[in-house]
Amino acid sequence: MKTETELNKNNVNMARRSFLRYAGAGVAGVGLMAAASSCHKDHPVQPSTGAIPLGTGDTGILNYAYALEQLEAAFYTQVVLTPYSGIPSAELSLLTDIRDHEVLHREFFKAALKTSAIQALTPNFSKIDFTSRASVLTYAKAFEDLGVTAYDGVAYKIQNVAYLAIAGSIVSVEARHAALIGNLLQSGNFVSSDQVTASNGLNISNDPKTVLATANTFLSAKTQVSASF
Amino acid sequence: MNLFGIIEEIEKVDPEFKEKISPRRDAIKNMTSFGSKVAIAALPFAIGSIFKKAYGVASTSDIVGVLNFALTLEHLEAAFYNQGMGTSGLVTDASYISPIKDDENNHVTFLTGVITSLGATPVAANANGYDFTAGGTFPTVFSDYGTFLAVAETLEDTGVRAYKGQAGTLIGNQTVLTAALSIHAVEARHASAIRYLRSTKGVAIKPWIVSTATNSNDTGISAVDANYGGSTPENSVSVGGVDVTTLPSIQSSSSTSIAVASAAFDEPLTTNEVLALVKPFIK
Repeated sequence: MKTETELNKNNVNMARRSFLRYAGAGVAGVGLMAAASSCHKDHPVQPSTGAIPLGTGDTGILNYAYALEQLEAAFYTQVVLTPYSGIPSAELSLLTDIRDHEVLHREFFKAALKTSAIQALTPNFSKIDFTSRASVLTYAKAFEDLGVTAYDGVAYKIQNVAYLAIAGSIVSVEARHAALIGNLLQSGNFVSSDQVTASNGLNISNDPKTVLATANTFLSAKTQVSASF
Repeated sequence: MNLFGIIEEIEKVDPEFKEKISPRRDAIKNMTSFGSKVAIAALPFAIGSIFKKAYGVASTSDIVGVLNFALTLEHLEAAFYNQGMGTSGLVTDASYISPIKDDENNHVTFLTGVITSLGATPVAANANGYDFTAGGTFPTVFSDYGTFLAVAETLEDTGVRAYKGQAGTLIGNQTVLTAALSIHAVEARHASAIRYLRSTKGVAIKPWIVSTATNSNDTGISAVDANYGGSTPENSVSVGGVDVTTLPSIQSSSSTSIAVASAAFDEPLTTNEVLALVKPFIK
């Protein structure tokens, strides 16, 4: 398995080459074609048959976030509606806060996207046992961690700086959630090795294809989504 | 240099280039008059700005600036946790503080490596060291664990806001933006953990920043008000031009509380705001 360290090292080297191209933009036109051609659509994701397309460009990315926030909001709404037996009040309060944050994220994207918004998605939480603390918190951690890796992994494709700022203002809140859920599962488990690379202290990130492969398993067959970015 | 030759070359691989540098199709004409007015010596700068507009690409010096700014903060954070963990009897929750210390030191190593790989010089830790009492504001920072955690919380929350404020400069840069946001997320995990730890010790605080309409700072420590304020304070409710307190919530079809609205979106600090905040910690 390729380690994160190796990946980052490669990225840094790639970045250096790109920087040199841009830095020399005024004097060297030769490298520009390669640089320009690498700016877009480097990893197109083939939409699966029947899936709801998220759209292209920044609109697609906002719909991507909207889809993930719909999923999270639906999950925590159910958690708070049918809390597991014996849930401590402080824990219910924290999960209620998270529910409210995710609902607001969902409503924000819906409002921002207006007529470009994808439809309301239908979750499929059949694999989650909402009566079990371990099940709920394990899936909560999975959703929060997925959200962090999704925002961080797609951010570089955002073209509008205002949308990038919005993604930045949400992803740290998702990371706060992720750390809290980690700590509720096991005290001191907020930078778990499955999410934060121990050797460099960087959170992992994922591309839309990877994220949606997981997210779609929590959506009904009729409202799964696909990304072309 | 043939400016229009370069643009034609780019158009071969990116037909939308003209659209990107101006929303109007005839904008390229504007460049003709623009070009004629610009001295030849200034053309590289003019071209640089055109590419930045088209692809949102920052110059290498801009990027190194962001990375060295980040490294400056990581030096400070690493020194704080190194000293805390090195102070006998201070830290009673090593399962929290030790991984944070490791992360901050790893961030220093990582950023130093990236800056070096760009052919630039990484900033060193402050030669005279750091004053974590912040000029006497926190005199017991390394003798009272509660104070240590309060300062840690502020440093982490401020670090999150600092990285967030740099994202725009790195727009479109897969490697550096992604790395910076990956550190940003880890700082947010730290902030959440320190806040949670404090809450388990009886401090009324949430893992997220819960502001009121009149006070962004939810830590109860007024000395750090500015760390939660700034030009876009933590109690801002305008997100991309949308007043998020007017959006539906579980509780209401037409409003969301300021507590939820402020906590659901973290806000950035500018470079200068951050530098002013860390100044008291620099000897």
